[in-house]
Amino acid sequence: MSFDVEQAVGSLQNEFPQNIVNIKEYRNETTILIDKESINKICNYLKHNLDFTFLADLTAVDYLEVKSPRYEVVYHIHRFGPDCEENVRIRLKTELTDSEPTIDSVVSIWSGADWLEREVYDMFGIKFIGHPDLRRILMPEDYEPFPLRKDFDVRNREASKKSFEKALEDGTD
Amino acid sequence: MGVNADPLVGGEGFLTTTIEAFANWGRKNSLWPMPFGTACCAIEMMGVFASRYDLSRFGAEVARFSPRQADLMIVSGTITYKMASVCRRIYDQMPEPKWVIAMGSCTCGGGPFDSYAVVQGIDEFLPVDVYVGGCPPRPEALIDAVMKIQKKIEMKGAPIV
Repeated sequence: MSFDVEQAVGSLQNEFPQNIVNIKEYRNETTILIDKESINKICNYLKHNLDFTFLADLTAVDYLEVKSPRYEVVYHIHRFGPDCEENVRIRLKTELTDSEPTIDSVVSIWSGADWLEREVYDMFGIKFIGHPDLRRILMPEDYEPFPLRKDFDVRNREASKKSFEKALEDGTD
Repeated sequence: MGVNADPLVGGEGFLTTTIEAFANWGRKNSLWPMPFGTACCAIEMMGVFASRYDLSRFGAEVARFSPRQADLMIVSGTITYKMASVCRRIYDQMPEPKWVIAMGSCTCGGGPFDSYAVVQGIDEFLPVDVYVGGCPPRPEALIDAVMKIQKKIEMKGAPIV
């Protein structure tokens, strides 16, 4: 195998010793916990120096009452190799606090992050600094709560009704 | 309607009826459905339109995707609040007289989706004539609903505009 994940993680550690908080290996899946300030430079390094050209997924988790800091933003990053052995996927995680749920956008690195970041903003209210068009993507634009936050009552339809009535009045969808 | 084939009027016969009864007879046998399919019920609805169940036997096979040419809205599938305003507007664009079938558990009462985004029954914003339960309902159930609409048109009719 000409591409070695351990080697790649090692080079990442050498390059950013201050920014990598934790590295976990579980069932051949590598998870790297980094601090949120360094997300852009680490992603840049992964893409341009280690050929992780594809952002497979970007999502978030709300750990309300489970742990602090409250949010985690998760990046699944893929590297295409010439043969299947070199197809490698790693997971990056960053932690965000309840008081400041903001992080730098990675749209400038992987343009596929555009809608994924919009969805995370829509569902969790996490703001992505530098995103070209950070609007809600699933819920109506005038919707107020963030439905996937754990302190949101999943059966609460009041905000949806309000948006629906407003859409009827305005004649917009 | 009364039918008369008296030889005194030439043997050809004639019938007596009211304009309203005649119009409603025409309406009930030429329903033009507007399919508003948003989920799996729509697949079952397509089955009803297709040859095996063949809704054209009831004169209702001309599915129009333009609300202006339809008089029966078949709402089949989960309706979210974001979709509800679209659904309502399409209903508003249909010319009178018009009827609505709520097909499937989701349209009748939200189905399994007791969530922040899903309307708990389209009668929150539409006047529903016939509810069809089931997840999804059998094609026979939708045919029965169309027949109930026909019955309703025949019995209650609609004013001639």
